[in-house]
Amino acid sequence: MKYFAQNVDIAVIGAGHAGIEAALAAARLGCNTVMFAINLDSLGNMPCNPSIGGTSKGHLVREIDALGGEMGIAADNNTLQTRMLNTGKGPAVHSLRAQIDRRKYCAYMKNVVENQKNLQLKQAEIVSIEKDENGLWHLLTRLEAEYTAKCVVLATGTFLGGRIFVGDVSYESGPDGMFPATLLAQSLKKLGVSLRRFKTGTPPRLNRNSIDFSVMEVQHGDEHKVPFSFGFEGKIENTENCYVTYTNERTKQIILDNLHRSPLYGGKIDGVGPRYCPSIEDKIVRFAEKERHQLFVEPCGGDTQEMYLQGLSSSLPEDVQLEFLHTIKGLENAQVMRTAYAIEYDCVDPLSLASTLEFRDFGGLFGAGQFNGSSGYEEAAAQGLVAGINAANKVLDREPLVLDRASSYIGTLIDDLVTKGCSDPYRMMTSRSEYRLLLRQDNADRRLTPIGRQIGLISDERWEKFNRKLELIKQETERVKQVVVHCSDELNTMLVSRETSPLNIGIRMVELLKRPQISYEDLKPFDPERPDLPFEVFEQVEISIKYEGYLKRQESQVAEMRRLEVKKLPEDIDYSTVTGLRLEAIEKLNKVRPENIGQASRISGVSPADISVLLIRLSN
Amino acid sequence: MEQGKTIAAVSTPLASGGIGVIRVSGEKAIETVSKIFVPSSGKTVCDMKGYTAAHGYVTEAGRKIDEAVLLVFRAPHSYTGEDVAEISCHGGVYVVGRVLRAILAAGAEPAAPGEFTKRAFLNGKLDLTEAEAVMSLISAQGEQGANAAMTALEGALSKKIRAAAQTLITDSAYLAAWVDYPDDEIEEISDEKLLTDYYSVLYELEALLKSYDAGRAVTQGVDTVIAGKPNVGKSTLMNLLSGFDRSIVTDIAGTTRDVVEDTVRLGNVVLHLADTAGIHSTGNEVEKIGVDFAVGRVERAMLVLAVFDLSRPFDKEDEEIIQLCKGKLCVAVANKDDMEADFDRTRLDCFENVVYISAKQGKGADELAAAVEKALGTNNVDTSAALLANERQRLCCEKAVACIREAIDALESGYTLDAVTVSTDAAVDELLALTGEKAGDAVISEIFSRFCVGK
Repeated sequence: MKYFAQNVDIAVIGAGHAGIEAALAAARLGCNTVMFAINLDSLGNMPCNPSIGGTSKGHLVREIDALGGEMGIAADNNTLQTRMLNTGKGPAVHSLRAQIDRRKYCAYMKNVVENQKNLQLKQAEIVSIEKDENGLWHLLTRLEAEYTAKCVVLATGTFLGGRIFVGDVSYESGPDGMFPATLLAQSLKKLGVSLRRFKTGTPPRLNRNSIDFSVMEVQHGDEHKVPFSFGFEGKIENTENCYVTYTNERTKQIILDNLHRSPLYGGKIDGVGPRYCPSIEDKIVRFAEKERHQLFVEPCGGDTQEMYLQGLSSSLPEDVQLEFLHTIKGLENAQVMRTAYAIEYDCVDPLSLASTLEFRDFGGLFGAGQFNGSSGYEEAAAQGLVAGINAANKVLDREPLVLDRASSYIGTLIDDLVTKGCSDPYRMMTSRSEYRLLLRQDNADRRLTPIGRQIGLISDERWEKFNRKLELIKQETERVKQVVVHCSDELNTMLVSRETSPLNIGIRMVELLKRPQISYEDLKPFDPERPDLPFEVFEQVEISIKYEGYLKRQESQVAEMRRLEVKKLPEDIDYSTVTGLRLEAIEKLNKVRPENIGQASRISGVSPADISVLLIRLSN
Repeated sequence: MEQGKTIAAVSTPLASGGIGVIRVSGEKAIETVSKIFVPSSGKTVCDMKGYTAAHGYVTEAGRKIDEAVLLVFRAPHSYTGEDVAEISCHGGVYVVGRVLRAILAAGAEPAAPGEFTKRAFLNGKLDLTEAEAVMSLISAQGEQGANAAMTALEGALSKKIRAAAQTLITDSAYLAAWVDYPDDEIEEISDEKLLTDYYSVLYELEALLKSYDAGRAVTQGVDTVIAGKPNVGKSTLMNLLSGFDRSIVTDIAGTTRDVVEDTVRLGNVVLHLADTAGIHSTGNEVEKIGVDFAVGRVERAMLVLAVFDLSRPFDKEDEEIIQLCKGKLCVAVANKDDMEADFDRTRLDCFENVVYISAKQGKGADELAAAVEKALGTNNVDTSAALLANERQRLCCEKAVACIREAIDALESGYTLDAVTVSTDAAVDELLALTGEKAGDAVISEIFSRFCVGK
């Protein structure tokens, strides 16, 4: 029989990467918060790759950290190996990736959540969601406990209507053998939320002892190890290696011979899979000319023999998986501990959300993570943080947080989702940001920590540390602009060895630093007055000097963009009553409901003439 | 208040009218104009109050381009609601174009079609009735636009621009994949390949820019002045070109005192012709005005037809004409080829283009046409080939060229590829803005694109 359990400010459904950030942010901002998970042992689980970060995702983690989120510091505390990707391709695209001990990460996160003031953690499946006439949300658990909340954050990941496919076998399931949330999907539909199906997949896990690493390439971690978090004070060690191997012609042949047994090619899966993370059968069909595909063997933890096989996600039957797996060099005798599978799940069209991640048609209801159509832990955590902050802002009657495209990858991610929508699971990429020279992972704190501080998620200690860093950057920048490097044979030898012209007379250090070939470190022997500064300080000095012209240019582009972003469109406007708009524009505008002219202009199907009509409407 | 770029455009029709008006609007409108306009009173432009005018000169790199009147409007009391400066200069496509270019060089951006009106809207300067009038204009022009087939000219241009943009987009996409998927085996695209592509796009666009003036000559016509000392046959030449008597032709030197305008087609070029009073020293006050005017006219013209009389010896006045033509696009027309020649023809060696005609007998018109086309570079202009059609397109193209140069420069001086792709992406944006296809931000710049430029 139904009983009333509790009234809270904010309820978070799901305790994955999105749910955790949402719940922690809400609780830290002083809201009485409850977070539900189907299984508490799965809190902060990584059901796919045991790593955090990567290209552009590393940016997201740093931004989450800069705003006061948890993911970065949790990753730093549980790192097995760390690498800065794309060094040599330019600072804008440097991205940090860390292999993570996934069980330890879960335990760490669970501990943080358990000890968070204002936050309760509850193992329960939510089976129904309703809104009463007072605008209060009612949630019912499987065990018939009723919770009421002012705001609800949906962060259901692949649990919602989850269905696993392995060959011709399929069954209702959440990820990693968890129970799915089937009743909640029905309740959401009843509420009027329209859901759609996406799919994703994961590769097999192998026992380390059954793998022949001697025939594989080893991938070591970086010598110079940097944490994600700007507040991390501990030490990071590379304790594990990753390995590289390849599929071959035989692997390919086996897959092609068995394609008819794939649920995807057999037509059993309706869900749309991610273009950017295809299954091995997808890769072989779509890139038929490619002889081999690269695979990475990554550790799942320091105290387990499970190894993750990145690049071999599949939904082919178990026997086929074993057959093609054993054709791969080093994996001839591999023992599979967990079979690869595809999982289909319910998610929402993000066009029904506002930039705050609140449903436009359901006040107080927020969405985050895979539920919003994205893929990836980092994308999920980023949205969770914003949804949690905005749920709290709503409860506390504060101004909502909207991050624009020029502020962050988080802002770009959310703007893309809510204005352009997505037709397959959305993955962040550096090329999605037109302002990528400004939005670097190295300056995420300079961009966002002041915002995090204003929201109330940055501690005094962290804030002081940040300001000290800013001060050091300022001082060193000024010093470098003043100090003169004297001409010497040693200096000229170095300059010539870097293929740049030697000097006849002394020159300000800033001029030498502007040369792309010369690094701050290179000039150390010629700079006797140089203070002993941490890497993250002189890195800022160096980048801002070296890329000055390019940064200025991007800044002026940002200023242009922001002019249109401040032209707000009324929320209640019915576009079909605006004379002069074309039919397609009316449909798109009514669907997307852009918040300002800038957003409206990014919607496909809205023409310049339509924008001019909107401007006229605004001017009246 | 709409903050942002300062914009400029010609707001009178581009034809050989009496006066051309260039309008500049934006936060820095007056500051920008102060860089190129020198009031004859000696006062500074920046000190001018709203609703005041000043007489003075438009200069470019210290050289006078034209005599003009400047009107200053201070925000919010102007058409757009921003600071506005309006320069009224001598009409004619060439002079007006030069003044506009000088303003653009001083830091203004070319106004997109309809941008002044857009700003007026945004700054609340247009009331409901006016707004509705503009609305009906949008829809009316929209329908027309939908029905109108693209001209061969536009089609060829978009095709060329799209191809250039595609080259850049393809390379950028490749680099993006290389960056976003470092673990996938995506080969690094070599600097040589990138440079080859960037240079090929650069050359293509530079050729377009180069053909712009010649293209304008074909599509818009060329301000042309017929100059020469009195009674060399300027008016006869004018009549030869016009096909009928326009100027008063007598044997008394100095009969033509006014500048006479006409538009004639010579080969595939349209010339906006001005006959001038003979240029000579005179004590006659009335004549002097005409002579000064003619001198000014020569200075402002895009093309000068310098006429010399073969029947009389070369003299000081002919020498003055030669001096006047220095640095100008010029064709020397040696007239009265049919008469006894006392003239030292080697004196004309300083001209690149010399034609011998007899205007009176109607001889040499074809040779003149050929020489004019050669001088203008229009002899090789294929009107069906891609041509930049207006100043906005020219500036988009110029900006794209600047971006590509920046990318090449970054690449050649060893900058990382993230800096390079930001520049090529900006170039692509400019190119797609040029063709009007740019999704996103450029869509905004295309607002009101169906309106007449400058209003």
